[in-house]
Amino acid sequence: MENAYMNQGAQVDKGENARMSSFIGAIAIADLVKTTLGPKGMDKILQRVSQNDQSISVTNDGATILKSVNIDNAAAKVLVDIAKVQDDEVGDGTTSVAVFCGELLREAEKLVAQRIHPQTICRGWRLARDAARSALEAHARDNKDNEEKFRDDLFNIARTTLSSKLLTHDKDYFANLAVDAVMRLKKSGNLDHIQIIKKAGGQLRDSYLETGFIMDKKIGVGCPKKVTNAKILIANTSMDTDKIKIYGSRVRVDAMSKVAEIEEAEKDKMRAKCKKIVDHGINVFVNRQLIYNFPEQLFAEAGIMSIEHADFEGVERLAAVTGGEVASTFDHPELVNLGMCDTIEEVMIGEDKVIRFSGCKAGEACTVVLRGASGHMLDEAERSLHDALCVLTQTVKETRTICGGGCTEILMAAAVDKEVPSIPGKKALAMEAFARALRQMPSIVADNGGYDSAELITQLRAAHAQGKSSYGLDMYNGLVADMDPLGVRESFKSKLQVLMSASEAAEMILRVDDIIKCAPRQREGH
Amino acid sequence: MSMVFDEYGRPFIILKEQQAKARVKGLEAQKSNILAAKAISSILRTSLGPKGMDKMLVDADGDVAITNDGATILERMEVQHQVAKLLVELSQSQDNEIGDGTTGVVVLAGALLSQAEKLLDRGIHPVRIAEGYEAACEVAVKTLADIGDVIEFTKEDTSPLISTAETTLNSKIINVNRSKMAKIAVDAVLSVADLDRKDVNFDMIKMEGKPGGRLEDTELVSGIVLDKEMSHSQMSKEITDVKCCLLTCPFEPPKPKTKHKLDIDSKEAYEKLYKHEQEYFTKMIQQVKDSGANLVICQWGFDDEANHLLLQNKLPAIRWVGGVELELIAIATGARIIPRFSELSEEKLGTAGKVREITFGTTEEKMVIIEDCKNSNAVTCIVRGGNKMIVEEAKRSLHDAMCVVRNLIKDNRVVYGGGSAEIACSLSVSAHADTVMGTDQYAIRAFADALDDIPLALAENCGLSPIEELANVKSKQLESKNPFLGVDCTQAGTNDMKKQGVFETLIGKQQQLLLATQVVKMVLKIDDVITMGNYQ
Repeated sequence: MENAYMNQGAQVDKGENARMSSFIGAIAIADLVKTTLGPKGMDKILQRVSQNDQSISVTNDGATILKSVNIDNAAAKVLVDIAKVQDDEVGDGTTSVAVFCGELLREAEKLVAQRIHPQTICRGWRLARDAARSALEAHARDNKDNEEKFRDDLFNIARTTLSSKLLTHDKDYFANLAVDAVMRLKKSGNLDHIQIIKKAGGQLRDSYLETGFIMDKKIGVGCPKKVTNAKILIANTSMDTDKIKIYGSRVRVDAMSKVAEIEEAEKDKMRAKCKKIVDHGINVFVNRQLIYNFPEQLFAEAGIMSIEHADFEGVERLAAVTGGEVASTFDHPELVNLGMCDTIEEVMIGEDKVIRFSGCKAGEACTVVLRGASGHMLDEAERSLHDALCVLTQTVKETRTICGGGCTEILMAAAVDKEVPSIPGKKALAMEAFARALRQMPSIVADNGGYDSAELITQLRAAHAQGKSSYGLDMYNGLVADMDPLGVRESFKSKLQVLMSASEAAEMILRVDDIIKCAPRQREGH
Repeated sequence: MSMVFDEYGRPFIILKEQQAKARVKGLEAQKSNILAAKAISSILRTSLGPKGMDKMLVDADGDVAITNDGATILERMEVQHQVAKLLVELSQSQDNEIGDGTTGVVVLAGALLSQAEKLLDRGIHPVRIAEGYEAACEVAVKTLADIGDVIEFTKEDTSPLISTAETTLNSKIINVNRSKMAKIAVDAVLSVADLDRKDVNFDMIKMEGKPGGRLEDTELVSGIVLDKEMSHSQMSKEITDVKCCLLTCPFEPPKPKTKHKLDIDSKEAYEKLYKHEQEYFTKMIQQVKDSGANLVICQWGFDDEANHLLLQNKLPAIRWVGGVELELIAIATGARIIPRFSELSEEKLGTAGKVREITFGTTEEKMVIIEDCKNSNAVTCIVRGGNKMIVEEAKRSLHDAMCVVRNLIKDNRVVYGGGSAEIACSLSVSAHADTVMGTDQYAIRAFADALDDIPLALAENCGLSPIEELANVKSKQLESKNPFLGVDCTQAGTNDMKKQGVFETLIGKQQQLLLATQVVKMVLKIDDVITMGNYQ
């Protein structure tokens, strides 16, 4: 009867069933990414299923994994969504957020089985979340006034982020690289200015940070291959014959000689345009669109290096780096800001030629050249580095940092536990559950490393009880240790975001008591 | 029945049997309709009240929405049954009219119908039930007006408004931050409200959602937010003392509507044409510049060349701004929308204190905020939250809260929540029932019972023992003659809703009763359901 009033194929899950389906879905998704958590986490192979594209990628980035999985379960979709948002917002902690949400729901399942109302659980969680949050805030350290220490913090954060990724072997190297790149940005935090170029070949350690800008393009034929004291005009204009923009016009002639004339006129127009460009007093011309042979030749004659078909991002980045503006009209040379840089030359990376702009006017941008044995490796390296860069730029904005290695989770759990005895009612049970879910996080990290999690976590808890509040898991020696000298730090913002959005999502899933699925759209041609 | 004979004895068919796939008649029709309606209302029943649960809705494309807004649930359920559809429309009309109480109205209709079912079983004619309900509804609405209280507020003292908004938000997921959200809703409404005329123009409030951040990061911007960016990455990102011109014409040579052809047949003509074309651009920019504008907002896109010329002339520009947004900007900044470049002049420009571009998170999503507008009443809420679904739900909840605040501004009479109003009505309706002669009496009493269903559902959702709670409150109301006693959903320790500060607008509640009664009457009066099948 239930479905009688809805379309055929629609489905309604109620009460227990609905709750069970969300629990199962969400926990399954969390379990899927659980093993990738922490420095000893494992990777996943993702293979595409379509007929003509069976390419694979290897990753342990939570958001990447979750984005690629096709999911039918509604609650699971919520988890995927929070991971995506975490990725957009902070760039790191994507796995943690999904796993934490899953753990919360796992605890909730037990409570619901004890006949505690979901709303009561939500209320308990909220109290717990507030307690955890204030503990986190109290623990955070802010080094923004001390530049040297702040750099250390950034370096440590980058190391911690990278340690769970493919780059873990060279994490010091890459952490330095990432910090240098981000420090160059100075507070702007505009990741667009950091370009990552991947070139297969060599080894990961051969990757380097190029302070200038590298463009994966070739210099036009016959142009000088090296320019010093370059004045660059960056343009977005068609260097083909301009199409006539006045609507409805067309060329119609009645004799061959007229055709020649028009052709001449076209050439004149181009010549005039090139002349105008040359008159800017430049020695390098970069265009977003193609430069045809004729203008290229004209530029070569004038001794100007021309670079064609730089993609849109390339042009914008170049504009940012060299301080020039992207020009499309050339009538007022005095108004156009030219880009400046010391040297432009063609260099070889591996076997490919690229153009390097060094000594740029605005020193913000830089390029990271990644080398590695295979394409998959490079892709994963890029993702890892991107995560690190994201976290660092966010940390530059929100300068507080916290200890990593499960230290804060234990700390927050302790803070929640401390609140529990003063709370009357069943809410307290939910708060205990929240603390358990928090403690589950370092325990998963330990499990992934093959250590005895129960032993380690209890030791860690004891250490915290003794007031050693900076203790966490040392995943390289399988011990409990002080995180400060080990330099395991994380960004405050990322951790806070994990705490808030995971508990928000868990609450949302928990509050659901009906799942109504509309009939799937009928697809044509099946 | 479907065949009759004319005066010459020839048979003719009124209703083709094949054509009518299904036909349900008489009592059976009413029963099956009531069943469908009850099924719908039983879905919504658990979403009622501050402790109501949410529904997860998966649409045909697999997208997930989580909400406890009655109207949204029903709208997305893609209901097919004809009577169930009536209920969907019922909740939508409550949404359009009042904006809140969309769940309550459906639950009430469901309760009325299930009471009617019992009466039908006892052989009372549906029309008698409908009329009884009608009479009872009148009594109830009158009672509401009697127990109604007046909330006094001024532009300075908005706390009564805020606590109303909080009541509305209580049942939503965003109730963690309800005080902040309520404040946002009230501020938003008050900034666009015309208190003398008691009018609120909702067009002036815009909501933009961006997943990311936390719910607390939700903010109210006095101004307009555009989900756009400056057309050229190097244009200045912050402009003060803005004079903007709003263009609905593209930065391109004009396209005459008449079909025409322009033939070029010589070198001179070609060159002339080129010059002419260049002039168009410089002239357009010059016209903008001459008018004194320092920001260009255009409904259309523009050419690379125009874009660069704008940059060169230090004219920041925003392109592809939608028509609705353009109008909003026009109202806020006092600008006139300019359809042709030749009509540009200084007095048609709009003014704003500040325009800036802001960036979110790591994905470089940009928005442009226009602040301190001349007619500064337009506001925008930027809603943030952990994920897409929560942002959507927060937007819906804020909208509900704003509707409630608007209703209070229009009419500041309120009734108290927590089921207290329903209980008071139920008491007065059942008292009235005893004075009525005939079968209507049963219907009126049934109406009173149906009203009890709302506090019952409230108590049930809060995990209280429903019947016990209702009986307690009811006897207390009778004893103390205090119509403000209701179900204590939040366990605040008192049943007096006036003390708890839980109230709803009077018109909202009255509308609920009236709409629900109307629909129920309609359903009861249906005695024949003919479903048209395909021709066979």
